[in-house]
Amino acid sequence: MSNKLSRRDFNKLLLSGVAGSAFGVFGGARSAFAAKNRVVVIGGGFGGAAAAKYLKKLDPTLSVTLIEPKETFYTCPFSNWVLGGLKTMQDIGQTYTVLKSRYGIDVVLDSAVGIDAAKNAVTLKSGRVVKYDRLIVSPGIDFKWKAIEGYSQAVSETRMPHAYQAGAQTILLHKQLLAMPDGGRVVISAPGNPFRCPPGPYERASLIANYLKKNKPKSKIIILDAKEKFSKQALFKKGWEKLYPGMIEWRGSTTGGKITMVDAAAMTVTTDFGVEKGDVINIIAPQQAGKIAFDCGLTDASGWCPVNPITFESTMHPGIHVIGDACIAGAMPKSGFAASSHGKVAAASIIRLFQGKVPAPPSLVNTCYSLLAPGYGISVAGVYKLSAEGIIEIPGSGGLTPLDADDEKLAEEATFAQGWYNNIVQDIWG
Amino acid sequence: MLFIITLNKEDNIMRAKLRLWLTFCVVTPVLLLFSNTGMAEQAAATKVVKPVSKAVGATPRGQVLSLSCSSCHGTDGKSVGIMPSFYGKTPQYIETALLEFKSGKRYSTVMGRHAKGYSDDEIHLIAQYCGTVGHKTK
Ligand SMILES: Cc1cc2nc3c(=O)[nH]c(=O)nc-3n(C[C@H](O)[C@H](O)[C@H](O)COP(=O)(O)OP(=O)(O)OC[C@H]3O[C@@H](n4cnc5c(N)ncnc54)[C@H](O)[C@@H]3O)c2cc1C
Repeated sequence: MSNKLSRRDFNKLLLSGVAGSAFGVFGGARSAFAAKNRVVVIGGGFGGAAAAKYLKKLDPTLSVTLIEPKETFYTCPFSNWVLGGLKTMQDIGQTYTVLKSRYGIDVVLDSAVGIDAAKNAVTLKSGRVVKYDRLIVSPGIDFKWKAIEGYSQAVSETRMPHAYQAGAQTILLHKQLLAMPDGGRVVISAPGNPFRCPPGPYERASLIANYLKKNKPKSKIIILDAKEKFSKQALFKKGWEKLYPGMIEWRGSTTGGKITMVDAAAMTVTTDFGVEKGDVINIIAPQQAGKIAFDCGLTDASGWCPVNPITFESTMHPGIHVIGDACIAGAMPKSGFAASSHGKVAAASIIRLFQGKVPAPPSLVNTCYSLLAPGYGISVAGVYKLSAEGIIEIPGSGGLTPLDADDEKLAEEATFAQGWYNNIVQDIWG
Repeated sequence: MLFIITLNKEDNIMRAKLRLWLTFCVVTPVLLLFSNTGMAEQAAATKVVKPVSKAVGATPRGQVLSLSCSSCHGTDGKSVGIMPSFYGKTPQYIETALLEFKSGKRYSTVMGRHAKGYSDDEIHLIAQYCGTVGHKTK
């Protein structure tokens, strides 16, 4: 059995104290005919596209194939700005033209439907089979549709969008907000940890409030939260009081925030405390690793993918690296910044492994900006290192915008949020 | 074409081995490169003047430490946004700037929070990498 063999080889490698499986498993499995080392990347989002670009940038001799079904990738970062009417969908659309023409990446418009680890091959929806020496999987998230009674993909596509994968979902929620009458009620349900972009639901509430304040000032936003506390909480609450007094109400899990059921026809959600009606209902459902990782046995009982934090190589299966939201990256939040950081580290490690060298231990970085209103930005930063316990935040580093930051500093952070976006999308897709 | 991995008792053993190996992998390069944050901080406390460390150029460790910088500062430090570029700056310039962000001597919104995550030796490696790689002329 091939899986058994791989695992035995893996154990042997672990015991010998040599990094990764490069010297055993993949070396044997590599086709003698392949002139170049081949890396296949599944998913052209923040993790996958960054990995593909940096593989080619750091070693142009590699053959890199990127598999992504969407011609235009709409970024979740700044999709809340679209909901608030501050950006258009066009502003957040990224394409693969430069990755193809300038970096020589083979971009295949298709979905991966299966991975045959024994044969080092990915099967695409079209039936095509793509062979690899190393595989990177960055499929982002999938939703636990069954976690909330009455919620489903069909409901999300018609009445109650999640808008947590940007694109059609963003457009749908935006249209609903535009159509809502003044005095309407927007319900946002936020999931428990871990989930994509911890400050995301609260930035969303802020920018929707910014739109409502100007256009429909009698309206209200209720955040029903499955948690007792949330990212940048004090900074958000302070901002809400200042910018949108009385407009945003937040309820934690013990005060009726946890929703158990939705009724799409009646436009209601049910919590432990009763039934809430909404004119617009945004259900940010609980999440797990993207479907392909799940289907191919790369996830553990948590629903996410355990990885070696130096190389992001799966601990479930050698030769396959899982990055981005789908992987378990210790203390790092699930963010686009983090995903691209994983992608670059995985790229550098894979190149070292191909060279038969030990990958250098990385340090990983994250910054997440949130906009509360035009000219009012806050951020959280973190630097992470490896310990025997996995990826941990370096004590004394990182942290939040100070709670007593003055207007000038908040305005500066808002400007940097835009600067960050311009650079990260250029660094990944440009 | 899907494969499913079944969990069995081997996995627990594997996890234990992984942990052992991780410890090895984390500790060894740190010893090799003298880049342990804790050690560096201890050293910094006793240092009066930071000696100008020897230039090492771009190293693999410098590379992995530096790759994240471009997310805010642009590929190779060529910024297309409001963030400052570091493309074309010398390793010495970058090292001094990072050390000053770390100590708070230089004003920043977020850079100080990042710089505090690195030992002075790591900052040296970052400066050596960012100050040389991608540059047409050195
Ligand atoms: C509202 C909101 C705001 C956010 N704001 C920020 C922010 O300001 N800063 C920040 O850093 N992060 C932010 N994030 C988080 C960020 O979007 C994610 O963390 C990031 O996208 C994760 O990258 P990824 O590569 O794991 O997944 P994704 O970027 O989602 O990419 C996954 C890609 O894989 C493709 N794919 C999936 N399955 C397959 C398959 N079988 N075959 C081929 N392709 C496949 C998908 O089509 C998709 O393009 C925000 C998220 C949300 C929802």
